[in-house]
Amino acid sequence: MTSATTDGPAPAGHREAPRRGRASGGDLRAGLLFLAAGAALNAALAAAGLWSDFAWPAIGASFVLLVLACERIGRLVPVKGRAAYERTLALGFPLLVLVLWELAADSGFINPTWFPPPSRIGAALWDLSTRYDRFSGTTLLGRPWLMPEAFSKEGWAGIWALVAESHVFATVARVLVGFVLGAIPGVLLGVVMGLNQTVRLMLDTTLSAIYVLPKIAIFPIVMLMFADPFGEAPKILVVGLSVFILMAINTMAAVRGIDRVYLMAGRNYGARGWSMLRHVILPGALPVIFSGLRMALGTAMIVIISVEFVRAKQGVGYMTFYYWEVLNPEKMYAGLVVVMILGVLLTYALQWLQRRLMPWQK
Amino acid sequence: MTASLPAAAPKIAARSVSKHYPTADGTMVALEDFSLDVADGEFVCIVGPSGCGKSTFLRMVAGLESISLGSIDIRPGSERGKPLNSVVFQEYAIFPWKTLIENVAFGPQMRGVGRAERLDTARYWLDRVGLGKFADYYPHQISGGMKQRVSIIRALANDPEVLLMDEPLGALDAQTRVVIQEELLRIWEETRKTVLYITHSLDEAVLLGDRVILMSAQPGRRLATFRIELPRPRSIAMTNSPRFAEYRAQIWEQLSAEVTRAMEARP
Ligand SMILES: Nc1ncnc2c1ncn2[C@@H]1O[C@H](COP(=O)(O)OP(=O)(O)OP(=O)(O)O)[C@@H](O)[C@H]1O
Ligand SMILES: [Mg+2]
Repeated sequence: MTSATTDGPAPAGHREAPRRGRASGGDLRAGLLFLAAGAALNAALAAAGLWSDFAWPAIGASFVLLVLACERIGRLVPVKGRAAYERTLALGFPLLVLVLWELAADSGFINPTWFPPPSRIGAALWDLSTRYDRFSGTTLLGRPWLMPEAFSKEGWAGIWALVAESHVFATVARVLVGFVLGAIPGVLLGVVMGLNQTVRLMLDTTLSAIYVLPKIAIFPIVMLMFADPFGEAPKILVVGLSVFILMAINTMAAVRGIDRVYLMAGRNYGARGWSMLRHVILPGALPVIFSGLRMALGTAMIVIISVEFVRAKQGVGYMTFYYWEVLNPEKMYAGLVVVMILGVLLTYALQWLQRRLMPWQK
Repeated sequence: MTASLPAAAPKIAARSVSKHYPTADGTMVALEDFSLDVADGEFVCIVGPSGCGKSTFLRMVAGLESISLGSIDIRPGSERGKPLNSVVFQEYAIFPWKTLIENVAFGPQMRGVGRAERLDTARYWLDRVGLGKFADYYPHQISGGMKQRVSIIRALANDPEVLLMDEPLGALDAQTRVVIQEELLRIWEETRKTVLYITHSLDEAVLLGDRVILMSAQPGRRLATFRIELPRPRSIAMTNSPRFAEYRAQIWEQLSAEVTRAMEARP
């Protein structure tokens, strides 16, 4: 019926416009239809009293319908609004999950004692950030609001006293020191292994074997290697060791993956030894090294949090485990949230470094 | 008497060169008993079927590949500190992590030339081939033809005793190719460097070369030599002349026979 109008002897420009209009109208209708279908499905199940019996299939189906709806609606977004649309999708979905979690906990559908709603976790996080724990003499962030006064009274020593009581500082410091102390020699060994077959053959198997060991399992041995087994050194070392092994393996692969023709070009134009390393091998391996660093950062976080679970008097991992032991799930979850935030922030920092060091990659 | 001797000695002397690659099922002979003298200031082109060992030979001349048998020498010039050879690689091989100007200045930088001086040299060559505007671009931001130009002027900026070029224009479209051939001709007439130039294109070989060496299919041997006595300075227009066509036909006759032979020899 409608096709009769478009097939008619209208000028080409006129034929395009209604067709596009029809298609986009179709997308909008289909999108809304998918949303309505999702709502209807859940409502029908709830009305029949069957929702909780079929919770997982219902959630799965709702998710699929939501994806279909978003795809259709996404087609309507003009090119200019594309970035905003993508951001909305990336942030909106986690937000939706949080809202649903909140509703589910409030309605008693999930047990709010063990799965406290996000609002209560948020409140716990605020509480942790603003309160000084007299019992352990620690805070989460180091009470930044006291810092100006402390600085005017005692100078840097005053600031340091506040920072030193912070869980976040303890964890971040251990991760960063361990990361740097592990990554630099790891990359250097990886370069040697990538270039020299003998070294590679001698060490490759050993490194692969140590790589798969859970670092928490060798932590007791690491502790024994130090005069003060409960101090910072063993914690930093075990982080450094994990990063070292991973970076050695990763950098070896990175160096071996450099196209041979770049090495030949470097040699032919006079690069030798250090200049070869500086101008050809390191930049050639850098993209792969950075993806390795990103993994190593994740590993470092995992290792330090698990070490802090068992052996620490300070740190985000210690704090998280402590609140679990005293049966305060809200604060335990708040601790986990802090771990995630730290992971995201450190990854951003690494990406910033990557952009600085590799300007040739967009 | 003693002064005239070095002038007569070849700039590149390759004597009975062979290259063997050890493989899982025995030795693979890539190049066999190959000899070649290139005079100072001579432009020698090598053509031959794909896989006959041209790149292998060039890399051996450059010292980037070990020589199984025989010897290759490049006679150093009187100027001290001048690099013996610079290669233009078949695969461009300009560094993706350096800007164009850093790429072109790379050779001088490795020889310890000061920053200002080497950047001046690099800028001169970039301007020469019309890439001055792109000095601070990275290779991924420019086209294939531009990359190949960068790769060529990286070698020229290094000012070597001999230039070793491995199909520098192989990957280019016909129009870009002609433009760069003209540029190469002009630059060579000015500098008169010793050049060893590998190409698949007979037109290119006849247009650029003083001599064209034809190689046999694998294992690579020297099959024939053609002296190209077209007047210099040359230009693209010459490719339409009857003499040019004659040279091309001569070489093509032998090359096509060799390619056919190689195809039939294959099991
Ligand atoms: N590292 C290697 N190990 C074994 N064989 C090799 C190796 N490098 C090259 N070859 C072989 O040597 C022969 C010559 O290779 P080369 O790259 O020199 O050929 P070419 O004449 O440059 O070919 P094209 O014109 O296609 O570039 C080929 O048959 C190739 O398979
Ligand atoms: Mg080749």
